[in-house]
Amino acid sequence: MSRKETLVLGQGAVIRAWASVGGKKEGEGPLCREFDLVNGENSLGQDSWEQSECQLQQQCAELCLRKGEITPKEVDLTLGGDLQAQCTATAYAMRSLGTPYAGLYGACSTMAQGLALGACLSSSCLLPRVLVMTSSHFCTAEREFRTPLEYGGQRTPTAQWTATAAGACLLSPKGEGPRITALTFGRVVDLQITDINNMGAAMAPAAAQTILRHLKGRGTRPGDYDAIVTGDLGQVGSRLLHEILEGEGLPLPNHRDCGLMLYDLQTQQVDAGGSGAGCSASVLCAHFLPRLAAGEYRRILFLSTGALMSQTTFLQGESIPGLAHAIELEGCI
Amino acid sequence: MDLTPERYQKMVKRAGPSSPLGTHCLWAFGVGGAICTLGEGLRQLYLSLGWDQDASGALTSITLIGLSGLFTSLGLYQRLAARAGAGTLVPITGFANAVISPAIEFKVEGMITGVGAKMFVIAGPVIVYGLTASWVWGLIYWATTQMGWGG
Repeated sequence: MSRKETLVLGQGAVIRAWASVGGKKEGEGPLCREFDLVNGENSLGQDSWEQSECQLQQQCAELCLRKGEITPKEVDLTLGGDLQAQCTATAYAMRSLGTPYAGLYGACSTMAQGLALGACLSSSCLLPRVLVMTSSHFCTAEREFRTPLEYGGQRTPTAQWTATAAGACLLSPKGEGPRITALTFGRVVDLQITDINNMGAAMAPAAAQTILRHLKGRGTRPGDYDAIVTGDLGQVGSRLLHEILEGEGLPLPNHRDCGLMLYDLQTQQVDAGGSGAGCSASVLCAHFLPRLAAGEYRRILFLSTGALMSQTTFLQGESIPGLAHAIELEGCI
Repeated sequence: MDLTPERYQKMVKRAGPSSPLGTHCLWAFGVGGAICTLGEGLRQLYLSLGWDQDASGALTSITLIGLSGLFTSLGLYQRLAARAGAGTLVPITGFANAVISPAIEFKVEGMITGVGAKMFVIAGPVIVYGLTASWVWGLIYWATTQMGWGG
């Protein structure tokens, strides 16, 4: 048997319910009306930013379960993660949710990672009801990866803005809703980008490689999808993705990037666009899943893109490994 | 996909927008100059109130540090710095902001392990290498005076 790069799931896993929650800036962006919930204050009434992100995940998980008309006790497994060290936003959110839990870290690629793993478990009925959720918070990410919030620094034009947002999906083998029908796990690609303020450039080659592998594995062309969606390549990474794929003879006219959709780049001062584990998760749940459910999109390819460095490896001069996982989503027939 | 790191670096260089250097320089010049003018105004004020040169200089520094602390905690200093860049970084107000901002940020981790330990996380290197440079220069100064070259 030849080695499979792309998994095809037959009937697939159904995304039975989904929810998206945003912060203040996200609520002022182009998708403001599409979120299930927008918080007017990024503190969410908590004492620390870490607690605020935890609260963000709780809100999102509760909303998703309520929409799916299911109690936490009926969830077989939660797969989740965030950008905080040791994925604490998710782990602490799980204290109150109480479902079985496996934490994931794929940086900003976590949502597609979780959905891909969850779809395997759910569609095979090993664990039928899987909740997948991720989040990011601008203030926790700045604290962990950059400088204090009140520090008077100047951002570079290639920098991206970490989204204060969360997304959650409830998977089940049967039912109504968009389906995950195929998936490709990404490989780490590192083309020696060392600039922590240009993560789009670090991730674009990984996204390009996963798209190429998925299309080859499925025997499809970009035109077979209504949209090919990347997580958070932003302006610079998107430009590079197009250039790489055009070099491979594969133009992507139907490419959308969640990092470019979440904010208005002209007015919201986010430089090259949005980023963060919550960026692709929230845009998927706020924008794409409702349209797949409504039949507006028939089939999309969705990738979350991650830059897998830490503050320590960055300071030691290491380059940034990029990773992108792809899931193929089909709308309601 | 056949892409070497060298070729990709060139692509990245072309793809990235460049900083608007002229605008940034003008902002830095204007805001940095305004902060220094404010400093000189304060110094003149203290001199007119009867303080001597040294005391007026020290009082000016203290006032600017105090103002930087106030504007940093009100969340206004970094908003100005986002445009002014080096204009707000280089004056003493920038140094104060670099000390005060981690103190505010890490307060939630306690007065000792948070504020105390993290307060100099940005300004620490400036102090270390500033002191090292003054120590080296002191040695050079001492050596030259021993040889009868210095004042």
